Amino acid sequence: MSIDKETIKHVAHLARIELQPNELDKLSGELDEILGFIDKLKYLNLEQVKPASHILPINNVLREDEPHVSLTSEKALENAPSKQGNFFSVPKIIE
Amino acid sequence: MKYQTVIGLEVHLQLNTKTKAFCGCSTDFGKAPNSNVCPVCLGFPGALPVYNHQALNSAIKLALAFGCQIQEHTKFDRKNYFYPDLPKNYQISQFDLPLSRNGYLDIYSQDKPKRIGITRVHLEEDAGKLIHETGVSLVDFNRTGIPLLEIVSEPDLFSPQEAFDYLTSLKSIIEYLDVSDCDMEKGSLRCDANISLRLEGAKELGVKTELKNMNSFKGVKDALTFEVERQTLLLEANQKLVQETRLWDVEKGVTVAMRTKEGAKDYRYFPDPDLTVFIIDASIISQIKAQLPELPPEKMRRFVKEYGLTEYDAKILVSSKNDAEFSESCIRDYPGKDKKELVNWLIGPLLSEANFRKIKLHELNLNKNELISLIGFVERQDISHLSAKSVLSQLLDTGKSARDLIEEGNLKQISNAEALLEVMETVIQENAKSVSDFKAGKTNALMYLVGQVMKKSSGKANPKVVGELIRRRLTDA
Ligand SMILES: [Zn+2]
Repeated sequence: MSIDKETIKHVAHLARIELQPNELDKLSGELDEILGFIDKLKYLNLEQVKPASHILPINNVLREDEPHVSLTSEKALENAPSKQGNFFSVPKIIE
Repeated sequence: MKYQTVIGLEVHLQLNTKTKAFCGCSTDFGKAPNSNVCPVCLGFPGALPVYNHQALNSAIKLALAFGCQIQEHTKFDRKNYFYPDLPKNYQISQFDLPLSRNGYLDIYSQDKPKRIGITRVHLEEDAGKLIHETGVSLVDFNRTGIPLLEIVSEPDLFSPQEAFDYLTSLKSIIEYLDVSDCDMEKGSLRCDANISLRLEGAKELGVKTELKNMNSFKGVKDALTFEVERQTLLLEANQKLVQETRLWDVEKGVTVAMRTKEGAKDYRYFPDPDLTVFIIDASIISQIKAQLPELPPEKMRRFVKEYGLTEYDAKILVSSKNDAEFSESCIRDYPGKDKKELVNWLIGPLLSEANFRKIKLHELNLNKNELISLIGFVERQDISHLSAKSVLSQLLDTGKSARDLIEEGNLKQISNAEALLEVMETVIQENAKSVSDFKAGKTNALMYLVGQVMKKSSGKANPKVVGELIRRRLTDA
């Protein structure tokens, strides 16, 4: 399986990261290797193995519906690059 | 009709838990912006989500009420996209192993029963709230992470009215379960619709439009009605429809195509490694099943069987849980086996009074014993039906007893023949024309004479007694 540059560009856009031309080359090679590694699964006999969505053998971890102390809005907004009153502010989004 | 309308609805429901889905932040509505937030719901690095037990129970309860199969093995996935109301840049949702599938909802549309399939009910979390101002959008994350259920119907709805009836029935059942406020204005219940048209008899579905931004059940119906017309016009002009998302503009009463930059959505779902899987075994299911209340369809059937109500009347009374309980307590206390008169009062004058006061039946300031006593006065013909309705109104306003109000208003009907004779004689003398009409066989003339007696006695004469007296007086003579 080989990853072309267009695919890398598409994935980079989805992740909202900007790549330089040299990084594009580098990443397409690295991703090829990673996918090649995962491809090894195809050659294993997995008939007896149940599909899993989590690596740990634990389930039903739940919390009771009890309130905790939340952050104050000052604290929550402390690191915000931009704010207005008690709100985070972002460039205008139009649907 | 040349085209058949096909509609599927996607309902997002906020659960009424005290705390959010994955953290202990309060779900209280209307708090100062960004005050119900913490590292988990703000998506700070390293914060770990843990699901709310009560949310899971409520979700299973709801899925069972809609006859869904609860999946033994269920998990959370990340749905990845960027939007300012989504601090983690992914929404925790469910993809290939949803909580439940294959349920149904029985609705009545245009008085006919119809079963609507429910594809799936799955767990997810709400996003934050955006407020758009000039040049800037403001973000409040108080809503972020409130537990949501997504309830997806099959494309089994064939008209905007059916979609409306589906939502009404859905809401009624959810209110019975007490798992959500179901308030569309507050946003605790939201609905998107998929709609397409196909040629009558065709198997394949047409090109669909996704409708968003409706904030009432009527809005959903209106947007769908508009869309049926728009799509019909395009199809009849042989124009190609494009699959798109359109927003309902309630002011202008039109749907408008949403401007989207990206092509097909690419959410790159994958299992959320921060959350473990859930095994929902038979014991959990039977435990929750035992908590299910009697739901509207069963209650309706029981009212018909136990109290001899018609299906139509029973259906009105059971649509709201509290109203049904109020009505049933009245029905139980009402003397005798025949409950028809009481039920007529409940769904007639009482419901109008409630609607007029913009409250629910059970919220009326009414002692059921006073209602029963009032109906007794009417049944014994002590007061007219019309007077009784005005007494009811005063009962609700003043909280006085029916007996006192009838006495204060001097409303007792005169059924006593002697008291009426004098008035009747006057009327007969003053209306010679009507008297001769009646004698000539015009039965309507009798009604007129009765009306005159009623008028002269300020509405207190008992019309049945008066009618009988005049008829006898004129036929004997
Ligand atoms: Zn939180």
